[in-house]
Amino acid sequence: MDLFDILLEPLSYDFMVRAIITTALAAIVCAVLSCWLVLIGWSLMGDAVSHAVLPGVVLAYIVGAPFALGALVFALIAVTLIGVVRNTSRVKEDAAIGIVFTSLFALGLVLISVTPSQTDLNHIIFGNLLGVSIPDLIQVLVLGVVAFTILILKRRDLTLYAFDPTHAHAIGLSPKRLGALLLGLLALTSVVALQTVGVVLVVAMLIIPGATAYLLTDRFSRMLVIAPVISAVCSIAGIYLSYYLDTASGAMVVLTQGAAFAAVYLFSPRQGLIGTRLAKARRKNAVVLAA
Amino acid sequence: MSNPAILVENVTVHYGEVLALDAASLSLDTARICGLVGMNGSGKSTLFKAIMGMIKPDAGRVLINGEPPAKARKAGGIGYVPQSEDVDWQFPLSVRDVVMMGRYGHQGFTRRASKADRAAVDLALDRVELSEFAGRQIGQLSGGQKKRAFMARGIAQGATMMLLDEPFAGVDKRSEATITRLLKELASDGCTILISTHDLHALPQLCDEAVLLMRKVLMHGPPEVVLQPEHLAMAFGLDVLNRDLPGAADPDDGLTAPDPADRQLTDPDLPYRAASKPQGRS
Repeated sequence: MDLFDILLEPLSYDFMVRAIITTALAAIVCAVLSCWLVLIGWSLMGDAVSHAVLPGVVLAYIVGAPFALGALVFALIAVTLIGVVRNTSRVKEDAAIGIVFTSLFALGLVLISVTPSQTDLNHIIFGNLLGVSIPDLIQVLVLGVVAFTILILKRRDLTLYAFDPTHAHAIGLSPKRLGALLLGLLALTSVVALQTVGVVLVVAMLIIPGATAYLLTDRFSRMLVIAPVISAVCSIAGIYLSYYLDTASGAMVVLTQGAAFAAVYLFSPRQGLIGTRLAKARRKNAVVLAA
Repeated sequence: MSNPAILVENVTVHYGEVLALDAASLSLDTARICGLVGMNGSGKSTLFKAIMGMIKPDAGRVLINGEPPAKARKAGGIGYVPQSEDVDWQFPLSVRDVVMMGRYGHQGFTRRASKADRAAVDLALDRVELSEFAGRQIGQLSGGQKKRAFMARGIAQGATMMLLDEPFAGVDKRSEATITRLLKELASDGCTILISTHDLHALPQLCDEAVLLMRKVLMHGPPEVVLQPEHLAMAFGLDVLNRDLPGAADPDDGLTAPDPADRQLTDPDLPYRAASKPQGRS
């Protein structure tokens, strides 16, 4: 079996084609968003929001509303609760985030346990890449394209917000509204990625690509290209690996992204561990030689 | 007659229980350079935020050219140069990217740069002598170049008023001279400039006027008058050294600054940092 066959064989199954399209799309949208999240320092917020949407998704399932609507409502509830706990008690922000998102996540699990037709909902937790139906695909497609388009159109404002909110305010923009926009997109993107890797691992797709790209470039505009490319390639590679190794697909996608980060962390020309160590050693040698 | 460029009237601001500004009043005419002097926690940053409209005062009002600050912000009139600690220097942006952010207020929904925007950025970079560093990541600049990059952002913006937070901190003598010259040029073009600084020795050459702040405006006048030791003593809380008070009367008391007047001129903040209140953050 040559490489061509290896790549083509899984594509003879419809479910694999749907899995690959869904994953690539989710990987790209998450990766674009992750560029801002890692620079603002919102990784924990990404973790929180992506978990906290679970009860919203379950309730939406129960009443037959769109998942995205439930997710948005609960993302909003989570962020509001975190703000209230932080501002009105001596509890620090990280603790507030930890309390709120785990409680909401637990609420989601309880709701799942009392809802008939549990199998469907259990897929939300760990993802069900290989069971993506056509309506699922359409939902991911619509939400993904909406989130992606807004992110790209508003990328300069979002970067300004991440870099210098005071200047944003000084020139008449509203940092508050830009922050809210980013949080809303975070909730939307979480729903997109739920299908692929599940609630538990969404946060990986929301952090790893941005962090990886950040180690490779000094230009934000390039991060916005590098992150989605790496993320898409890793995710598709992860699906192929899971197909041939017969492993959990969502987990494999995240594992591949983690491996890519590790490689960049070690071997990135400027920021990589090995590169910077070598440069240091060279400088030392140069000093010794000169002396 | 014309309105003052900046008018602060009886502005009071609290952060929770802490009183940050206490009925502070200040009027600054167009094209003047004003140095804002006070120790940490004296309300310098709070006054800046009030002028920019980032915080709503509990009492009093701020007018920019006779209008509410929101109007001046929309018109792109307010330029802001942050202090170094408030900037993420690792952020993956080039000097040109940062200066271009000054143009965002003039651009459309997606902030796509037009030819005019690019020309304004080039001109601003040229003016602060950073053209050759335009492609550098902002963290790769020296202390003085970093300040100039943010000044270029204000210039590209077309700001008629510039607020600079500690522009001389971490800046070498040569860059300091460049920044001073640049600020004077901007003022002669009609830009009103308000500088908060610890660097008292740079003030007389640079500023047309100086303001002493200690939660309220204690004094406002020509720098050589305001910076006299007995006046500085008010703002830096040295009145505790008054001979009538215990502690200061004892020359062996280790807490007493040896020569307050001399010392504050070089670094007013250092010996008294312990006494300063934590600065509020929004």
